[in-house]
Amino acid sequence: MRKMIEGSRAVAEAVGLCRPGVISAYPITPQTHIVEELSQMVADGETDAEYVRVESEHSAASVCLGAVAAGTRAYSATTSQGMMLMAEVLYNIAGMRLPMVITGVNRALSAPLSIWNDQQDTMAIRDSGWIQLYAENNQEVLDMHIQAYKIAEDDRVLLPVMVCMDGFVLTHTYETVDVPTQEQVDAFLPPYDPLYKLDPADPYTLGAFAGPEMYQEVRYQIQQDALGAKEVVKEVARDFQAAFGRWYGDVLDTYRCEDAETIYVAMGSVIGTMKDWCDARREEGGKAGVLKLRCFRPFPQDELRAALARAKRVVVLEKAITVGGHGILAAEVRAALYGQRETPPVHGAVAGLGGRDITFETLDEVRHRAEAGEADFFAGLRRAVVEAM
Amino acid sequence: MTATAKKPRRKPPLGIITRPGSSLRNKTGPWGILRPVFDWEKCTGCNTCETICPEGCVRHLEKKQYEADYEYCKGCGMCAAACPFGAIAMREEHR
Repeated sequence: MRKMIEGSRAVAEAVGLCRPGVISAYPITPQTHIVEELSQMVADGETDAEYVRVESEHSAASVCLGAVAAGTRAYSATTSQGMMLMAEVLYNIAGMRLPMVITGVNRALSAPLSIWNDQQDTMAIRDSGWIQLYAENNQEVLDMHIQAYKIAEDDRVLLPVMVCMDGFVLTHTYETVDVPTQEQVDAFLPPYDPLYKLDPADPYTLGAFAGPEMYQEVRYQIQQDALGAKEVVKEVARDFQAAFGRWYGDVLDTYRCEDAETIYVAMGSVIGTMKDWCDARREEGGKAGVLKLRCFRPFPQDELRAALARAKRVVVLEKAITVGGHGILAAEVRAALYGQRETPPVHGAVAGLGGRDITFETLDEVRHRAEAGEADFFAGLRRAVVEAM
Repeated sequence: MTATAKKPRRKPPLGIITRPGSSLRNKTGPWGILRPVFDWEKCTGCNTCETICPEGCVRHLEKKQYEADYEYCKGCGMCAAACPFGAIAMREEHR
């Protein structure tokens, strides 16, 4: 059914349709509406889940860890500082191979305190073993949650999935979305059938000590399964299209890239602005294309190489930075392209931090500076402030 | 292990221990450089050592007779420190 609802509501409805047994979360801006909606749905009896209120994100993630270990489907959502507080548990959830889904609402990190959107928080969790998917709009974010459980629970994967959505830009925006029926989702996503679960009659141990003779093999296996998850992400995207008729690309998607000389790479909601800007460039005669990376973990190296094979220039735009390094995504795109016979220059623009809007002017600046040969730079900086430092 | 009849399932990933008791295979005795030695003249059989041992490897055999399981004793010395009668001395291991 088509509904005009807020992005957070769309997420809550999608999660409800996935029939989680346990939901546990701690409210934090701009994730709050998602978990408020879910707690209301549980209180109203619309969703047959246990909603566990906790005193912190560390506890929320721990509750979910235990819930999945006991064999139920679990859900949480967080952002920014909450994500940082969860970090220790997030590594454990992945390491214990517990498939669950968290909405990683994207917000800047302190200090200075900022409640506004960028992607530094989820990018800081990139090494944890979680699969990370980034959504462009509210229909995609709704559908991505349904896909996410299917990916996570696949025997070949058994890894948790983080659905990343830009705070405010998506969470607080009303858009018309098509909400599938319960029957449709049930047909696509069968009940969670755990490979193993905590059971006194058939005990097992998770996350126990692994000595130097074993730890590396465990990490090797998680790496192999994470890399293998790429094929499952693709398969689930295709199955989803067959069942629901909607397609957003699999691990990535391209827009006007066929004959593009310069391809602009980014993740998340900024892709919408970039597509409009790309159209404007095309009207001016510029051969621009946009590459949307949907799946950042596992990183689709081969698919990126293929999609960027004919580009003369690659420009990566990202709302995150590894301080003291530079753009995280830019570095990974460079690494992915390195070692080919012909490698296009890859420029890395950091922009949109802490809620700074990325506008056509920002994108024009990014283009000009890339064409002038700048390798790594901040775009959309307020020069007057910088010069007065 | 709930396996569906339809599809063969994978083995549980590494790091997931499916049979209890595996920690017994991890013999922690060699970690220690000290081992407890009992003085049966001083021992009153009060059980403090057995109670306090964090590894559960001090066993009460009979009234005034204890045994430390050196396969697992890490030589932490808590039994010696807690003994109210000074009946336990920590001696250097010579292997």
